[in-house]
Amino acid sequence: MSRSDLTRLTMAAARDGLARKDFTAVELAEAHVAAMEAARQLNAFVTETPELAVDRARAADARLAKGEGGAMEGLPIAMKDLFCTEGVRTTASSHILENFIPPYESTVSANLKKAGAVMLGKTSLDEFAMGSSNMTSHFGPVENPWKRKSDPKAKLVPGGSSGGSAAAVAARLALGATGTDTGGSIRQPASFCGIVGIKPTYGRCSRWGIIAFASSLDQAGPMARTVRDVSIMLGAMAGHDPKDSTSAPVAVPNFEAALTGDIRGLKVGVPKEYRPDGLSSEVETLWNDGIAMLKDAGATPVEISLPHTKYALPTYYIVAPAECSSNLARYDGVRYGLRVEGKTLDEMYAKTRAAGFGKEVRRRILVGTYVLSAGYYDAYYAKAQKVRRLIADDFAKAFQSVDVILTPTAPSAAFAIGETDDNPVTMWLNDVFTIPTSLAGLPGLSLPTGLSTDGLPLGLQLIGRPFDEETVLKVAEVMEKAAGFTAVP
Amino acid sequence: MAYVIQGETGDWELVIGLEVHAQVISKSKLFSGASTLFGGEPNTQVSLVDAAMPGMLPVINEYCIEQAVRTGLGLKAAINLTSVFARKNYFYADLPQGYQISQYEHPIVGEGEVILDMPDGSTRTVGIERLHLEQDAGKSLHDQHPTKSFIDLNRSGVALMEIVSKPDMRSPEEAAAYVTKLRSILRYLGTCDGNMAEGSMRCDANVSVRKSGEPYRTRAEIKNVNSIRFLQQAIEYEARRQIDLYEEGGQVVQETRLFDSNKGETRSMRSKEHAHDYRYFPDPDLLPLVLTQGFVDHIKAGLPELPDEKKDRFMRDYGLSPYDAGVLVAEQANADFFEAVAKGRDPKLACNWVMGDFAAAMNRLGRSIDNPPVSAADLGGLIDLIADNTISGRIAKEVFELMVETGKGPAAIVEEKGLRQVTDTGAIESSIDAVLAANGDKVAEYRSGKDKLFGFFVGQVMKATGGKANPALVNEILKKKLG
Repeated sequence: MSRSDLTRLTMAAARDGLARKDFTAVELAEAHVAAMEAARQLNAFVTETPELAVDRARAADARLAKGEGGAMEGLPIAMKDLFCTEGVRTTASSHILENFIPPYESTVSANLKKAGAVMLGKTSLDEFAMGSSNMTSHFGPVENPWKRKSDPKAKLVPGGSSGGSAAAVAARLALGATGTDTGGSIRQPASFCGIVGIKPTYGRCSRWGIIAFASSLDQAGPMARTVRDVSIMLGAMAGHDPKDSTSAPVAVPNFEAALTGDIRGLKVGVPKEYRPDGLSSEVETLWNDGIAMLKDAGATPVEISLPHTKYALPTYYIVAPAECSSNLARYDGVRYGLRVEGKTLDEMYAKTRAAGFGKEVRRRILVGTYVLSAGYYDAYYAKAQKVRRLIADDFAKAFQSVDVILTPTAPSAAFAIGETDDNPVTMWLNDVFTIPTSLAGLPGLSLPTGLSTDGLPLGLQLIGRPFDEETVLKVAEVMEKAAGFTAVP
Repeated sequence: MAYVIQGETGDWELVIGLEVHAQVISKSKLFSGASTLFGGEPNTQVSLVDAAMPGMLPVINEYCIEQAVRTGLGLKAAINLTSVFARKNYFYADLPQGYQISQYEHPIVGEGEVILDMPDGSTRTVGIERLHLEQDAGKSLHDQHPTKSFIDLNRSGVALMEIVSKPDMRSPEEAAAYVTKLRSILRYLGTCDGNMAEGSMRCDANVSVRKSGEPYRTRAEIKNVNSIRFLQQAIEYEARRQIDLYEEGGQVVQETRLFDSNKGETRSMRSKEHAHDYRYFPDPDLLPLVLTQGFVDHIKAGLPELPDEKKDRFMRDYGLSPYDAGVLVAEQANADFFEAVAKGRDPKLACNWVMGDFAAAMNRLGRSIDNPPVSAADLGGLIDLIADNTISGRIAKEVFELMVETGKGPAAIVEEKGLRQVTDTGAIESSIDAVLAANGDKVAEYRSGKDKLFGFFVGQVMKATGGKANPALVNEILKKKLG
């Protein structure tokens, strides 16, 4: 097989090929290392680890030869640079951690390593996972491998914050990649880059060793090119971790086994509140097509109401910055990371944090500090927590009558770098369809089901009950087949 | 008697509330597995969590929870089955996370009480407002380098219990008695070693003054008080300062003041440029802490006998005075020692010896109850020799000092030194006869009404017998002979 053939495989096919000894893990890793190096103009990686990848692939070959391979033995993946990786620089795409090398491995990346996955490098993200375009990275924007038919020269954003991971998977630089999702950071870039990404239920994957943005929302998940591939990868990532008190003590099912192809009799909720004025007609059409696909497969679409949806975005932009303002206090220049000296301790803090954090991160720290302040706490943070409960209740009520919910993932296709206005709220609106799921802690998956008129991928989102990723994946796989999305960048 | 301070405008009353930070006895920290041992080399007992490395998460140490519940039960307090850890946000170099994980709105322990044993034997009840768990910060070392501060994170993350009293104390003595009693209870429970010198128990005092019958006035918080003596000094100074201020027409401002033990005064920590807004919010890394009643009941069933119960028992079973019982139970080891001595013996005699000559010898020699100058068995043996009239109480004091000096048992010393008391009436009679014969003039004086001379005759007889004559017999026979 040629190198480019190897990079076009799905994870499942690569797994089977390795098992059949059609090729070795080292060949697979080298093909991806070559692709990674050839695609540097995308700026998807902050740190490449080619030697490490080949070493691990060699070890994988040895294990495969002995018949001891794990669930992802020898499969090359990219790691979002928010997962701490032992001995490998971990930056969160921030200047403040530009030279930080953790002496420990995050639970999720350790789980993947244990399953045999081969890490190719660390992918770029919006700084500290705060953004929807990957433009806030200290290491420069990541480029989406997809091009507009009308304007092939325009550099498009891959979405964010897991933009480097999405671009790497879409550009065939990795078979899959890890992402993290706080308000849509897996699903929106998956939609922008035409791949599949799932944010599992909050608590499904351990947060230990993942650089925190908003603790009550952050959740790791896989990004890959097929539903089967994210099922394989999610199984390897997930699991209860006593080191994370919010990790759920629930068993990890065989997600791949859930892909039965049979969704007859399932009820699919279609929330009426997800059709805001000004929703682009192509997104609306995509959504209607999706509903039709599920109907054809024997499921029943049901219109549902999630009445508090309109409060989700403001609620999120109180809760997430509040937690971030506290979570990022540890980057103070005292123990690790960037330090800019000052005459006093306070001056050192101010200079270090002013130099170390980018504009969007500073903005959110300020917003978060404000909403937690004396006199504002009740009006903002306490109220937001109450609204969050109402939003979760909306979903709980809906799931009494439906098995899964179908919505668009993002309001539009990928936009061009520098195309948006300077108003941060415009950028925040990208996550309007994904944020409610995050606030409710529910699993949400985005899969590509069509192209925009300008030739860009568009995704639909499937939302499930807590810890029922299996139904989400099962329905997604049926849609994947029905949509027959075969376009490549 | 109520404690009042006389001012120029009349009598003033003190209002004192205390916040005690007690370090929980546990092997590892509140949210990490690092050791809590005191005195390690700097930064050798620091986990990734304690150093707030990126992506690290706290996990509650169940043993610390158990200790807090145990303490709550010991303070007769309500245990909250649901409590919440919150973040207290502020920047400081020895606070790695940039926030302290504490409990704010929902502490683990609610209202309770501490009964104070006052020096006059009376008691007073002080209410407990709450007890919550929190992390300790690290330590800033400012004296290691001319221009830099060093940070030691060994203490970072160690579990503390903040025990907040109600403003129920009215004198420095009550404040001292409160801290003493609280410390005693914590030590009985084994939840805090109460070592103020090592900082495992620290105390902040909220002090205000008022005229009798007034509502509370503005209080000042005094920090950095690291002994009970300093606590009393600090309160006295602060009360006087506030009274002077009011009487000069000034106002007390609510502020934090530091006690300077060298100068014996409190001074304002200077209202900092940044007034602290701690931005408390529930820690999203930790779920609410939910306890079962069974967990609490199990701990309750294992509680030791606490000072108040022990004191009641000592008064009831041994007939001790409230004061004596209170002193004996303050330290569990002292109480145990006393009980070992008192077992099967006259408890009042045992109490007098333990609190008298024994305590004096211990203080004089700088010994502790764990390493006593005389064992409980030997002290008991000495009391037995008094009880069976082998020696007199006076000779016993002599024997006791020899026991301390030589480490020998009381019986051996009595034999060796021939200190057995003389109870042979014939021998005593002849000694008395000799004394009376030698002091004919005094006998005449006595008989003519100078009763006081009786003691002189007793003394002479004791002297003649080398102190060994049984004093009761000497008295009896002398009285008969002198008619």
